[in-house]
Amino acid sequence: MWASFGFEFVNFYFIPGLVLGCIYALGAIGITLTFGILRFANFAHGEVMMTGAYFTWTISTLAGLWLGWSLHPLVAAIPAIFAAIGILMLIDRYFYKPFRNAPTIMVVMASFGMMLVVRSTVQFIWGPNQLTFVKGIDKPNEAVRQFTADLDLMILVPNKHFWIMAGTVIIMLCFTYLLERTRIGKAMRAVSDSPDLARVTGIDVEAVVRATWVVGGFCAVAAGVFLAMDIQFLETTMGFRMLLPMFAAAILGGIGRPFGAVFGGLIIGLAEELSAYPWIGDAPFISPGYKTGVAFTIMIIMLIVRPSGLFKGRTF
Amino acid sequence: MSDRQPILELRNLYAGYGETEILHDINMFVGSHEVVTIIGPNGAGKSTAIKAVLGLLNIRGGEIVLDSVEITNTPPEVAVTKGISYVPQTHNVFVNLSVQENLEMGAWTIRDGIEERLEAMYDLFPDLRDKRKQAAGSLSGGQRQMVAMAKALMVDSKVLLLDEPTAGLSPKYRGEIFETIQKINATGVPIFIVEQNAKQALGIANRGYVLVDGSNRYTGTGAELLADREVARMFLGGRD
Amino acid sequence: MDQLLGFFLYFLSLLTVGGIYALLALGLNVQWGFAGLFNVGIAGFAAVGAYTYALLTTDVSPFHMGGLGLPLAIGAIAAMLLSGAIAGVIGVICIRLRADYLAIATIGIAEIIKLFLKNQTELTNGPRGINKIPRAWEHFTEERFYTSAPMSWISDAAGWQAFFDSLPRWWWQPMFTLTILLVIFGVYILLERARLSPWGRMMTAIRENEHAAQAAGKDVTRRRIEAFILGAVIMGMAGALFAQHLRLIDPTNTFDPAKMTFLVWVMLIAGGSGNNRGAILGAFLIWTIWSGSELVINTSIEIIANYQDMFDVGVLRTRAGYLRMLLIGILLQFILQRYPSGILPESRPAAIGKQ
Repeated sequence: MWASFGFEFVNFYFIPGLVLGCIYALGAIGITLTFGILRFANFAHGEVMMTGAYFTWTISTLAGLWLGWSLHPLVAAIPAIFAAIGILMLIDRYFYKPFRNAPTIMVVMASFGMMLVVRSTVQFIWGPNQLTFVKGIDKPNEAVRQFTADLDLMILVPNKHFWIMAGTVIIMLCFTYLLERTRIGKAMRAVSDSPDLARVTGIDVEAVVRATWVVGGFCAVAAGVFLAMDIQFLETTMGFRMLLPMFAAAILGGIGRPFGAVFGGLIIGLAEELSAYPWIGDAPFISPGYKTGVAFTIMIIMLIVRPSGLFKGRTF
Repeated sequence: MSDRQPILELRNLYAGYGETEILHDINMFVGSHEVVTIIGPNGAGKSTAIKAVLGLLNIRGGEIVLDSVEITNTPPEVAVTKGISYVPQTHNVFVNLSVQENLEMGAWTIRDGIEERLEAMYDLFPDLRDKRKQAAGSLSGGQRQMVAMAKALMVDSKVLLLDEPTAGLSPKYRGEIFETIQKINATGVPIFIVEQNAKQALGIANRGYVLVDGSNRYTGTGAELLADREVARMFLGGRD
Repeated sequence: MDQLLGFFLYFLSLLTVGGIYALLALGLNVQWGFAGLFNVGIAGFAAVGAYTYALLTTDVSPFHMGGLGLPLAIGAIAAMLLSGAIAGVIGVICIRLRADYLAIATIGIAEIIKLFLKNQTELTNGPRGINKIPRAWEHFTEERFYTSAPMSWISDAAGWQAFFDSLPRWWWQPMFTLTILLVIFGVYILLERARLSPWGRMMTAIRENEHAAQAAGKDVTRRRIEAFILGAVIMGMAGALFAQHLRLIDPTNTFDPAKMTFLVWVMLIAGGSGNNRGAILGAFLIWTIWSGSELVINTSIEIIANYQDMFDVGVLRTRAGYLRMLLIGILLQFILQRYPSGILPESRPAAIGKQ
């Protein structure tokens, strides 16, 4: 059973699906927070992921050139996160804030414009070609392999996947603590619940907005770096390609529901990878070229049957 | 009489939404230990008057004075820091937050003494103590109203504004809310309250204002208004 | 003289492509300007139009399904119908939800259309695209047209060849441009009539106060779906014309979702959403800026190249296009914040579609 079916299924479909799901989940957190708190679908979110990954690449490349250090991407990501959050704050200040009291569609349009502005800036600075993020083939994690082989359930998790999943779990724990235990986190939930009530309650909504960009930006850069670690290269459209699955994850989990978004992300990631599994016969169930279509289909079905998502999010 | 020392005053107030003017030349005040109620038919601008105090709409003329300081056109988030607490008629609790988290949000503008405040609120609203971990959205209408009031009282209120606190509640809860309002007032907080249930509201109010078509029509103590034949004919007729 | 001809032909190409964008902007104006529907999948609808037209009108080819070699007009009509049908499906699903959802769904459908065109190789020749698409007027010089009815009634092959040889090589270009301008004019007249008709006035009422319109017994959702479909039909037509202009289309470069969609939005907002003349003006203006900025940037790069050798100018050359995109993006932000009603504001007091 394991040898004929499980080994291939788990190692080549399920685990990659989980990894992709982690990346979507982190990205969808930012989408759902912005949607819930600032009330708009942020089309530039994928570009933040992409930019964060480019910053990380630049920092580790420069560290190698100037200092001779070889930084792990996860270390180089830390300054990149600060830079990306700074840029997000500037974008908010100059491009989104002027529309706070305007019809929301204005700021959706502004974010659509920023999507292009950010991407073309990156394309102008770094060029349109792919950059190698990590070289070489990643070996499966030896400890996991040994341990599971002894149980006759050999699991091959490449180290990069191990880091991605562990990193996601750690970020999720911190995020949970933030939302459930801290003053600002509770205020974020409150604003997401009802911005008008938050205002008459005296909550500093602008502080909450800044916190939203910090959290959303942090998770987005983490997602971008994880994605770059996984596919091992960078390209300027990587963020845009993530956008649709992330929206799908946010809608699936329910808008304004961060944990719903995480769940939605995992489901979308798994669904995309498992759709290529030869469920019937030997050929992939759905051609890998249509992976993005899987996320889109799930999203459309949700919009038809239950626009509020699985966890009763907000519908507008 | 120290009771009549105005803590909140609306002087010659003109206000409205967008193009439409709703309030015309309103004059009202709330004394330092009073419960004052605004009654009047639907669409008379009762809630608008309270929203004007909070800074939720544009004031075209006149002024609002809180404790001898003018606060005309102060945005709501600032008005809160000046000591105005407001409980909206609907959507007045954060449904996805627990009762205690709701109260903590009420205390956003203060840093210290939150624990003592929480204790004081649970003493004032004993029902809430057991439910403090529950999501506010899971409570009954009356209990939500309690949470909303407790949330508003987490800061040092100079005046508490209540917008139709008993709307949509059963008679049992209504009575409870009015009792609570008296209890809150007994702790020294002046209360300005808009009410549909005019009879009960006037029953607990020191004074009342009758608003018709956005203008002051009658003014008097609760007892005077209750006894006034004209007022009774207009608003108290079929109501309990 | 040759230089003058060169300018003339450049001017014609500005009018041609600007005109195709003007049609896209008119289509978007129906959706956004009239009905307040946020569509960011314009490239997708144009691609459907272009591919439908191409597959129906090209000559039989071993690389893709068809072509069926059908008359050009049939190709264009089918392009409009299919684009409208897809819009109808999206509309039924998403229009009752808030504008953001429609935006997400339309950007999604544009991606799906791209995926489909890329992956259904036997149908569309995949990423390599479709070649030799017949262009109006120029197509008369193709053998398969002048050897068949109705052209063969007038003269035989040799006669036609001699006739075309006697014309300058660019003879079809003014005719093609003129055709596009005529199409724009026709669409404009139709849309103006629609705008002033009871249907158009109802659209305005819905946009100004949805609830009031609903309370007055108007079928708001239905009206909106109609507007969405009408806009998509116009976009499908623009796609068919775009295919004619390019003669070679492929799923990724021709219909770059971001660039094409975004340019159309900038055009409509700059020209004045809700105003048909504004949409046309904005399209020609922004297209001229877009196309002219290429010249300006390339010239400046050459100047830089002459005066210094610190940078690798070749890199600058390949990246100049992104700089243009960046500048046009900033331009949109500027217009949105400072002049949200555009050069020719809508003639009615209502501004932007509120939700």
